[in-house]
Amino acid sequence: MSDCHETPAHTAATLSKSGQNRLVAIVGPPNSGKSTLFNRLTGLRQKVANFPGVTVEHRVGRAHLHGHHDVDLVDLPGIYSMRPRSEDERVTHDVLHGDMSGLRRPDAVMLVVDSTNLGRHLPLAASILSLGLPTLVLLNMADDLAERGGEVDAEKLALQLGTPVALISAAKGEGLGAVTRFLGGGIALPRPIELPVLQDVPQCRQWARQISSGAGYLTPAPSAWTRRLDGLFLHPAWGPLVFVLVVAAVFQSIFNWAQPMMEAIEEFVTWSGGWLTAQLPDTLWRSLLVEGIWSGVGAVIIFLPQILLLFLFIVILEDSGYLARAALIADRTMARIGLQGKSFIPLLSAYACAVPAIMATRTIESKRDRIATILIAPFMTCSARLPVYTLIIAAFIPEQPLLGGLFGTRAASMLGLYVLGFLAAVITARLLKSSILKSERTPFVLEMPPYRRPNLRSIGLRLWERALAFLQRAGTVILAVTVVLWCLASIPFVDGQPPPIEQSLAGTLGRAIEPLIEPLGFNWKIGIGLITSLAAREVIVGTLGTIYGMESEGEARGLQTALQQDLSFAGAVALLIFFAFAMQCMSTLAVVRRETGGWKWPIVQFVFMSAMAYVCALVTYQILS
Amino acid sequence: MQVSFKNGASVTSQRTLADLLENQQALVESLNLPEDLAGRLMELGFVPGQAVTAARSAPGGDPRVFRVDGAEVALRRETALHIHLKPESAD
Repeated sequence: MSDCHETPAHTAATLSKSGQNRLVAIVGPPNSGKSTLFNRLTGLRQKVANFPGVTVEHRVGRAHLHGHHDVDLVDLPGIYSMRPRSEDERVTHDVLHGDMSGLRRPDAVMLVVDSTNLGRHLPLAASILSLGLPTLVLLNMADDLAERGGEVDAEKLALQLGTPVALISAAKGEGLGAVTRFLGGGIALPRPIELPVLQDVPQCRQWARQISSGAGYLTPAPSAWTRRLDGLFLHPAWGPLVFVLVVAAVFQSIFNWAQPMMEAIEEFVTWSGGWLTAQLPDTLWRSLLVEGIWSGVGAVIIFLPQILLLFLFIVILEDSGYLARAALIADRTMARIGLQGKSFIPLLSAYACAVPAIMATRTIESKRDRIATILIAPFMTCSARLPVYTLIIAAFIPEQPLLGGLFGTRAASMLGLYVLGFLAAVITARLLKSSILKSERTPFVLEMPPYRRPNLRSIGLRLWERALAFLQRAGTVILAVTVVLWCLASIPFVDGQPPPIEQSLAGTLGRAIEPLIEPLGFNWKIGIGLITSLAAREVIVGTLGTIYGMESEGEARGLQTALQQDLSFAGAVALLIFFAFAMQCMSTLAVVRRETGGWKWPIVQFVFMSAMAYVCALVTYQILS
Repeated sequence: MQVSFKNGASVTSQRTLADLLENQQALVESLNLPEDLAGRLMELGFVPGQAVTAARSAPGGDPRVFRVDGAEVALRRETALHIHLKPESAD
């Protein structure tokens, strides 16, 4: 029997909620394409949000529908059942039950399942339907299903589930009419059906099997492509070799492909700085604008193309399904240092940025493993180190072809620094796991998603987000540090004029710590940079830009040339080592505090990494000089 | 009759998932694991009566990927040792 009498009343109740948009949750098992659908529906009208008190990131966004009210969507972490085992599963559970503070209970649910995998994904429908919320079941990847010779009758499935069902392809945007109708139209409660005992997994699967065979479900043939690619990537000899080649190609291209773009931005910054100098009267304001802000912020934004290129590679690795294979290959090595393969995924993401990587550790079930992974993640060479490394390497390492021109000395140095960070992480993990974070071996269970062609839309969105975040940082943190630095470098006035930078307050600060850093081969100018880079690593580049900008008073001199006069080769290497190990990132410390629930771990991490950076840079300088 | 030799050892009383060679298939009988882990594995498809096929492994043979009910799941040998298989094998 249908609930058609109740439907209008319910719809009206939902819509009349003080003019708020309807809130619809997107749920489903991991790798079912939830986020692809979410991206498709919301486009750029989305943002990452955090629930208060919990660390799990989720996305909220708004969908514009033709001729309907806008709908707010929330993309929840993937779940296999409503019995939460890890923290992200708990979030999905709590949101759907309306127990999450900061978010009201969703008005409706869209359950996204992989249509090529109904046997495993459909049991979740029992848990979702038991919530009693209006539900649309989306059988995603319909194109894949058809291609691999599978089929299912969505209408018959809908009859049995008592709620609408649609076949879609979120990646290709096919079949989304049903989604629009559901989001915009009158939302009906599901017709009550007999559900299995939710705690009984075999019974739920039996239920799902009956329902899907009742809808004529024909399981598709296994993906031939996945098998073929695994034959290569998991091959005992070819697999590791391909991995090394891919990594080498990434580094070479970060250096070579990004170069023309970076040079263009650098030229623009220099040119526009000169133009501004010519336009403005010679006042303190001009000095602040051109020598302070423009040289400082400009020195950092030059690195945008490089960072985006690195991100592009990491996003492709993530979206294609290769990361799960990398975790599989790495599991034995990770077991040897006391962690497991799953810890490898956040560590790889940490190559882009430690902040999301630390948040990604929530998929690790063991608390001790999770803390160990959080503590070592900042050793991985994040993209904020890239500007620092690039600047110093370009200034001090002459480019020479290696391996018959396949590889340059600069790319090789960069690769060396990445390896160094990785080794530091591995050794630290080993130390932690054999002492304060000792625990029993935790089981490794990881689903291998089929390989998928990365979705251009998703990649574009992630890169766009990244570029915005980077520019936002340049426009806030780096801008603020630059302005403060310029002020400190302009006082106290001598004879009504700003002092030579060495006698300014900033210079005095730098010279105060000079005795401490002189054994490392750094002078007071680098010292100022070390202080400001406590906020974020790349700030040192902006700081040096400002210091040299003020010193040379508009006389255009490349940062590299200026740096060569202040650092010896040994000092430059020591600086690289220092940046490889030091914990110079407020955002990371803040996120570690949030994730571990206190100041203990971030303080331990900061002290340990700073001490290690200092000692290693000291040893390096003393040996080389 | 199935016979499972492991490094020349004699037939074991109970075959486990760890005994499967690449591309061999068998039916799951029981999961002799802590409830939490067993629950997770069941959600991923390792339920009694389900056919499981051994697939590729990481270099060195461990962990191994198992194909179960349309999905591929990687498990370590130490976990696979506790998933018992039905005696009559479907090869």
